Amino acid sequence: MQREITVRVDGTARPLTVDTRTTLLDALRERLGITSPKKGCDHGQCGACTVLSGGRRVLSCLTLAVTQDGAEVVTAEGLAPGAAGAGQQLEGGLHPVQRAFVDCDALQCGYCTPGQVVSAVGALDEFAAGWPSAVTEGPGAPGLDRAEVAERMSGNLCRCAAYVNIVTAVLRAATSLPAGPTAGKEVDG
Amino acid sequence: MKPFDYLAPADAAEAVRSVAANPDAVFLGGGTNLVDHLKLGVAEPGLVVGLAGLLPSGIEELDDGALRIGAGVSNSDLAADPRVRERFPVLSQALLSGASGQLRNMATVGGNPLQRTRCVYFQDVTTPCNKREPGSGCSAIGGWTRHHAVLGASEHCIAVHPSDMAVAMAALDARVRTLGPAGERAIPFVELHRLPGDAPERDTALEHGELITAIDLPAQPIARRSAYHKVRDRASYAFALVSVAAAIEVEGGVIRDARIAFGGVAHAPWRARRAEEALRGAPASDGSYRAAADAELTDARPAEGLDGGNAFKIPLLRRTLTATLRDLAGEDPR
Amino acid sequence: MTFPSEPEAVGRDLPRRDGAVKVLGTATYAYETPLANAAYLHAVQATIARGRVTALDTAAAEALDGVVAVLTPGNAERLASTEDRELAVLQGEEVAFRGQVVALVVADSSEVARHGAALVRVEYAQQPHDAELRADREDLYAPESVNPDLPTDTSEGDVDAALAAAEVSVEETYTTAMYHNNPLEPHATAALWDPAGEGFLTLWDSTQGVHPTRTALASVFGLDEAQLRVVCPYVGGGFGSKGQPHVNVVLAAMAARAVPGRPVRLALTRQQMFSLTGYRTPTIQRCRLGADRDGTITAIAVDVVELTSRIKEFAEQSGVPARMMYASPNRSTTHRLAALDVPVPSWMRAPGECPGMFGPEVAMDELAERLGLDPVELRIRNEPAVEPGSGKPFSSRNLVGCLREGAVRFGWAERDPRPGVRRRGDWLVGTGVAASTYPVSRMPKSTATIRREGERYAVEIGAADLGTGTWTTLAQIAADALGVTVALVDVRIGDTDYPMASVAGGSSGMTTWGSAVVEAAGAFRAKYGSEPPDGAEASGSVQPADDRHAMHAFGAQFAEAHVHLDTGEVRVPRLLGVFAAGRIINPRTARSQFIGGMTMGLSMALHEQSVLDPRTGHVVNHDLAGYHITANADVGAIEAYWLAEDDPHVNAMGSKGIGEIGIVGTAAAVSNAVWHACGVRVRDLPITLDKVLHALEERPRH
Ligand SMILES: Cc1cc2nc3c(=O)[nH]c(=O)nc-3n(C[C@H](O)[C@H](O)[C@H](O)COP(=O)(O)OP(=O)(O)OC[C@H]3O[C@@H](n4cnc5c(N)ncnc54)[C@H](O)[C@@H]3O)c2cc1C
Ligand code: SF4
Ligand code: FES
Ligand code: FES
Repeated sequence: MQREITVRVDGTARPLTVDTRTTLLDALRERLGITSPKKGCDHGQCGACTVLSGGRRVLSCLTLAVTQDGAEVVTAEGLAPGAAGAGQQLEGGLHPVQRAFVDCDALQCGYCTPGQVVSAVGALDEFAAGWPSAVTEGPGAPGLDRAEVAERMSGNLCRCAAYVNIVTAVLRAATSLPAGPTAGKEVDG
Repeated sequence: MKPFDYLAPADAAEAVRSVAANPDAVFLGGGTNLVDHLKLGVAEPGLVVGLAGLLPSGIEELDDGALRIGAGVSNSDLAADPRVRERFPVLSQALLSGASGQLRNMATVGGNPLQRTRCVYFQDVTTPCNKREPGSGCSAIGGWTRHHAVLGASEHCIAVHPSDMAVAMAALDARVRTLGPAGERAIPFVELHRLPGDAPERDTALEHGELITAIDLPAQPIARRSAYHKVRDRASYAFALVSVAAAIEVEGGVIRDARIAFGGVAHAPWRARRAEEALRGAPASDGSYRAAADAELTDARPAEGLDGGNAFKIPLLRRTLTATLRDLAGEDPR
Repeated sequence: MTFPSEPEAVGRDLPRRDGAVKVLGTATYAYETPLANAAYLHAVQATIARGRVTALDTAAAEALDGVVAVLTPGNAERLASTEDRELAVLQGEEVAFRGQVVALVVADSSEVARHGAALVRVEYAQQPHDAELRADREDLYAPESVNPDLPTDTSEGDVDAALAAAEVSVEETYTTAMYHNNPLEPHATAALWDPAGEGFLTLWDSTQGVHPTRTALASVFGLDEAQLRVVCPYVGGGFGSKGQPHVNVVLAAMAARAVPGRPVRLALTRQQMFSLTGYRTPTIQRCRLGADRDGTITAIAVDVVELTSRIKEFAEQSGVPARMMYASPNRSTTHRLAALDVPVPSWMRAPGECPGMFGPEVAMDELAERLGLDPVELRIRNEPAVEPGSGKPFSSRNLVGCLREGAVRFGWAERDPRPGVRRRGDWLVGTGVAASTYPVSRMPKSTATIRREGERYAVEIGAADLGTGTWTTLAQIAADALGVTVALVDVRIGDTDYPMASVAGGSSGMTTWGSAVVEAAGAFRAKYGSEPPDGAEASGSVQPADDRHAMHAFGAQFAEAHVHLDTGEVRVPRLLGVFAAGRIINPRTARSQFIGGMTMGLSMALHEQSVLDPRTGHVVNHDLAGYHITANADVGAIEAYWLAEDDPHVNAMGSKGIGEIGIVGTAAAVSNAVWHACGVRVRDLPITLDKVLHALEERPRH
């Protein structure tokens, strides 16, 4: 059954016709050609499809597109200030989280990466709002350390296993402090 | 995925009417379980009724000090609520130990307790399963039982309920408020979930078309000294092998009162009343905690299966309960 | 060929060239190729493990609005070659494993294709199947050779006599689980058949090698290679599973030929990947070590039992690393297979070495324990002077250097060898070590072309970047080989329109393609000198490798493990690896390769296990919630270092290949650390809490 909906994606209103069965992920990838959100599992088990909807990080593979009529959706492609939407971003700037991912080599094959980046942006907002995580001790506001970042980013699997660098990148983006070394070390042997 | 119609009703009453009138209709909360099941073919509804915007999405403080949590509240908002963190740490911890940040943002308080089992055979429509297809048999028995029940199972189904939040709710004497075709009612949370018996296809005591509108958490000082301990195969983003929700009141080295529930071990969150009983008046010591666990676990039966089955859950649960109570007793709540 | 001994670009810490498009998500992976009016495919899979399809009713599917076609064994085109039975899809009624593709739906949308697939009714004549691997099976057989073409068995001296005479010995059985590669990007192919002329097939496929895929597909369809183009600029991980084409490629090509002129897209679901895209066989490893009191090894024997599928043999070479790691006058290794009604196993990161360095490296720890000798020292004491077996000199062998350097960095010297005596809060703490190794290989064929384009230089080769850094590192190699700055070099890879490149596998990518680039640059410079005109062009091909030397990379891995006193949960807060892998082309991307491999090794140690239910022949935990791979919170500190190693024999760049060694030995180091923490030898992976709980039950808590 088909429905007409309009979703704002990366700042642009995108009217489209979807099957009631279509997920937000498939609507973006297969109807609109916006392939920045990736499909790794299609069942909420990997995080590759993470987008912001209404400012919060969510999984687009478990979101039915029909429920997103009028929603404001942001993908990795549209994160950077001034990003104009699909395909127009190549030369443009990167969001600080994206910059940090590149600088810290927090990626390899790149397939989980847009989801990681969006998830990190959402996680940093949640952190700023004082939300606790499973590793937060006590009732107060959490401190941002490697364990907090790792826990909050655990909904994004990376098979290439860039985790160590992802945590460094998120911390760097969050604190703008010089973080751990990103290049390995050659040693005398 | 079978085609279905989608309805976004104007209010909760219309949602209830639409689902009640159609045996083929389901509610859609955050969708994190239902959409998964639509894709797997585990759920094949003809009509999906969206709940977004229809359910209370705030946490209200009632006159008697209880918290009324709207069924539309997201799992992450509930976990972060300062009142919940302070008065019911076990609930906040249970929520935060579940799923992932993205999923908690989507999942609703109404949908979470109604998520269905993660039994791998239930989720695979090419294998027999009494819960999915009554009478077809239970593939889990004699199969991969690592994540299956040791308490309250039946020869028809040995699945466990996967929710963490529900375990805390069961320990906290929460009440579920619903709106059904016959009107409103309130059900003790511990009566929401059923044991499988000979009808494993029925997870809960809800009628078709009955909508969870809120969950009430009664005020209880004991809950301030409470914790959730989840043991799993990965440090995060994994379902419980076993979990313990516990609250205790200790005075002068003696346990005055306790609330305990187990997760990952039964078809329902398992309120451990025998353990609670054994603890009341007992000294706050490992010996008492172990005895309490043993009292609750006398009827525990492992499910044999591939890779050694799940017999390890029995000592694991005893040890996890002991550790949780030891930590709580040794901790000053204020 | 000439390569500067003091390179400028090689060795520099340059950021990935594809970083920006990857963080934005605009890098295009196979399924995402913009193609107008594409049709979508969904496969129907067998629900029995052995038997025949007796009836296939596609009427309901065909009646669906939007279904374009349903391909079945009854109507699918006959393939030109069915020699590779894994690829011979829809060619007959026989079912050889559960999950085999029995039909394919082509539809206007992915939703309709999936729905159509669910509507296809299949009836079977089921036969009893056999899907259980046990070491005591009567039907185990010796394959003719093991992957890639190594001897199945080896024997030197008299192992039994040496073991009988040994002052100290270890004789234990170790097992590794069945593992699925699970790259995050599912296997996916888009295809377009242009029937004009002879016909032309374009495949946008997620592959570790566009040319090998083209060769395989040309043979399967009986096409001339000139009629086929395979494109793959980015690969969302492969870890071996995209090293050879799987059935998705054939299905997409078939469907494209069934709807000429219309592009098609196929992505396997995560669940389908567990039966259709290869996996690592479980292994049962009987390991025997004998030694003198002083720790000199006198016997090494490793007997491996594995599975393969009945329709296509893959013999993982798990016994092979024991052939060359340590000196011993007496040694034997064997491989035996059970051919079962199971999906086809294949390459997974470091085939052979990865599982094959689990049993022996835990056995070494057990031997050290029995000898009362430090496990680092035991390994150093058994360094061979030349490669055991072949007697060839090593081109370079720095295992000892790695062990020593790692020991210093890790703080090994202060280690108390007694197990189960360190406690931090509620956790028991232990440390462990294991060695790593991986052969240096170079594929026989690969060609690169270098062209001057204005002020710039274009390097073209059909290579792949799986996240390994090829886009960046080939530019570095070309810059040095040409004597120009790296910023002037453009790299073009991932397309059969570029010169032929070998598969990205066996850590041979950089050594092979890099060698071709160096050759091309040499030819280019010889032809044009230092002032090449616009349009100047030259090609070069990889030359045969030196066969006078034994060439291997080595490493040492150190792990710290914590075991929870109450629950038995195992955590690994620290891993440290030191590697000797020749010259490192780019330290930034290299470090990612090492830590990525080590993390995958951690994942193997603690989490991964495909659970094959022998009653159905089905992997029941066939998704990413059931098949756990390490998540972010499981990872603590992971440090990777490397020794400066100057090896003139391996290739012009002096590089050894680093994609796989990081996963080798990690699981053994973790198991050894778990033993040191809590006193339990976990010889069966993964190391889950239930395997240590019994020991905690017996242990007084305080
Ligand atoms: C990969 C993964 C990992 C997870 N890990 C965990 C975990 O560790 N711990 C854990 O507890 N959970 C976990 N979850 C499950 C998740 O918490 C649940 O799916 C979620 O809480 C369900 O809430 P929802 O609002 O999305 O429900 P939905 O999917 O919308 O609905 C679930 C069911 O409830 C019904 N329903 C929804 N709302 C109402 C209502 N108000 N009244 C009546 N019926 C209703 C629906 O019809 C449906 O049958 C995980 C999920 C995934 C995908
Ligand atoms: S345990 Fe229950 S849910 Fe699982 S297969 Fe058996 S009947 Fe189905
Ligand atoms: S694709 Fe959505 S979580 Fe994996
Ligand atoms: S970079 Fe490959 S999966 Fe994360």
